[in-house]
Amino acid sequence: MKHLLSVSDLDRESIEELLEQADGFAEVARRDIKKVPTLRGRTVVTLFYEASTRTSSSFELAAKRLSADVVSVKAPGSSVEKGESLKDTVETLSAYSPSAIVIRHPQAGAARMLTDWVDSSVINAGDGMHQHPTQALLDLFALRNRIGSIEGKRIWIVGDVLHSRVARSNIQAFQMMGAEVTIAGPPTLIPRGIESTGCRVRHSLDDLGEADVIYLLRMQKERMEESFVPSIREYARLFQVNSRRLGPRQLVMHPGPVNRGVEIGADVIDSDRSLITDQVASGLAVRMAVLYQLLTRADGGTDGSPGPVPIGEPA
Amino acid sequence: MNAEQEAAGSSLPEPMVQRPGPEANLLIRGAELLDPVAGIEGAHDVLIRDGAIAELGDAGSIEADGAEVIEAQGLHVFPAFFDPHVHLRTPGQEYKEDIETGSRSAAAGGYAGILAMANTSPPVSTPAQIEALRARAGVVASVPVGFLATVTRDMKGEELTDMAELRASGAVGFTDDGLPIASPRILRRALQYQSMCGGTVALHEEDPELSGKGVMHEGDVSLELGLRGVPSISESVMISRDAAIAGYEDGAIQIQHLSAIESIEAIRRAKADGVKITCEVTPHHLVLTDGAVRSLDASRHKMNPPLRGEADREALIEALIDGTIDCIATDHAPHASHEKEVPYEAANMGVTGLETAFSSLYTHLVEPGRISLSLLVEKLGSGGPPFGIDPFTLKPGSRANLCLVDLEAEWTVGEDGYESRSSNSWCAGETQRGRVLVTLADGQVAYRLRSFSLGVAS
Repeated sequence: MKHLLSVSDLDRESIEELLEQADGFAEVARRDIKKVPTLRGRTVVTLFYEASTRTSSSFELAAKRLSADVVSVKAPGSSVEKGESLKDTVETLSAYSPSAIVIRHPQAGAARMLTDWVDSSVINAGDGMHQHPTQALLDLFALRNRIGSIEGKRIWIVGDVLHSRVARSNIQAFQMMGAEVTIAGPPTLIPRGIESTGCRVRHSLDDLGEADVIYLLRMQKERMEESFVPSIREYARLFQVNSRRLGPRQLVMHPGPVNRGVEIGADVIDSDRSLITDQVASGLAVRMAVLYQLLTRADGGTDGSPGPVPIGEPA
Repeated sequence: MNAEQEAAGSSLPEPMVQRPGPEANLLIRGAELLDPVAGIEGAHDVLIRDGAIAELGDAGSIEADGAEVIEAQGLHVFPAFFDPHVHLRTPGQEYKEDIETGSRSAAAGGYAGILAMANTSPPVSTPAQIEALRARAGVVASVPVGFLATVTRDMKGEELTDMAELRASGAVGFTDDGLPIASPRILRRALQYQSMCGGTVALHEEDPELSGKGVMHEGDVSLELGLRGVPSISESVMISRDAAIAGYEDGAIQIQHLSAIESIEAIRRAKADGVKITCEVTPHHLVLTDGAVRSLDASRHKMNPPLRGEADREALIEALIDGTIDCIATDHAPHASHEKEVPYEAANMGVTGLETAFSSLYTHLVEPGRISLSLLVEKLGSGGPPFGIDPFTLKPGSRANLCLVDLEAEWTVGEDGYESRSSNSWCAGETQRGRVLVTLADGQVAYRLRSFSLGVAS
């Protein structure tokens, strides 16, 4: 595997392998010296056309922990603001011969386009409403560490599925790992025909009690202006998951950033049933695993830089 | 000419303009003729004298008598095609196309007549612009070109253009193509006015509210790709609305680039009700479906209306066969590579089509037996009548508007570049069968394939 553009690039086996790899890196993170020399001499470019806290910081740190040189470009403050096209920007950055380019872009397919333009590995850190594969992986990692296998578990994804790349990636990933996925939200925010992906669809939280895991999506205020929901107040009343709606053994996840009091009650965020902080911590280990896998296992992807150094040798 | 146009007086200028050139004197020997409208078929010699079809005779029966000879055994001759929907991008966007390159592209595709849309920069909204375009075409156009003017001033959808003056200056019809006419009141007024000045109104049908920010067909593929969808009903509700207005005002409308089942149903109902409604379909909607968008290749697969589902494609083919769809139009929409090599959502909409209309449909629909060659030739040639322009024919005495085609020839689209200035072909790189070798347009040799030399004069 040279690129990670979509969950469809993976299968159950390769996901298991990545999660095991991530276990190893999570162990590294508990050491005094948290850095390994694996990617010494390699360059990783992160190119973010959208605001991001978790994803950009964890990719940067993941690359640094693997001893790669990291160049971080964010659209504000770069030539992008002067109207430079994606292609020109990417070709400019290619001059540094990066081993990987991590890209987030507001438009679907941007990551895929890069694969035609550069020799580097390309990692999709979110493209429009399309895919966000490392989010799905870190969610699987966080879940696995809490409850073990998710085979046969019931996972409800609640909220604005229509506009969510996280939902698209996670539906695929959860199903790949054997979970039963239910989608819940107002009909205006559930894509037409989503049943074809094998999900059940619910327009209320009446049956929420059956869920082992509840995955909440961010509800953006603009959805009200676009008439997707009559009001945020009504949305919260119908679809907010709070401690009154949550059973004692149910777990809650959220990709962040959360809207306290909209899709999720503040009491839930801070409870032990919330995996939200585990998700953030998982991001680092999982992204290290993804970089490691792509850059040391890529078929013919070597560029004369030093080969992989086994994990465990301190840098 | 339809009744309105006759009523408007015979003083209207000739609708189509071409550069002057030598009249052809040619003998096409032994070609298979196929003129579905006139009922001409079989192996014949075709003698063209002074740009007109002088004589048809049995194969080998006509003497060249000084005319240049094309040995055409095994090749086909069809009446040339007519495309009622192309974008020549002039004025304002000549980096994509202009009258010279666009008409050359048409000639290379076997066309001897094209109608240019008015959504240029600025839009064609004044008689002076029509006159300037016609003057230019009279210098550079390889094939006769007609120009449409906008329905509303600068395509703003607010006020009518000076339709009568535009007609008098040579506007073939009216269209705000690229945009729908959102206001039913404006469309109604335009059709009322049409009863005085003529000029079919060609309509790009979509409800801007329902289309929203959509970039592809709303369906399973848009769901998978996370791209905003344009529902089929965005097109069909506007067709239903506009058919009702046209029926009420007895106006003539041409529905452009039909894409969805629901739209076909709306047209069938309107035709059954006697509305003066005609419609067109593009080659790409007859061949591709939204599944192609998985490539996220905007250069080939992003256009408006979007590629729809397989059931829609099947229904379009059926509607072509049963006559609900009047003609095939390419919606030739050239764009520069920097407008297409961007993420799908950001890319311009539209694909080129003039040079591949025949070969793509021959390859994808005729060879597999889906439609007959005769139907394809007829529908590629019937874009004129909705605008009051007679179709071309091979009947003796007619001006020579024909194309010579090698159905056996295999070629790869784009391998030798394009006559068009742009390369955003929806079938770039595809190997197709059926190639236009020579096109005669209003008596002139408008195109000959470089590798195909005409025989020596005998």
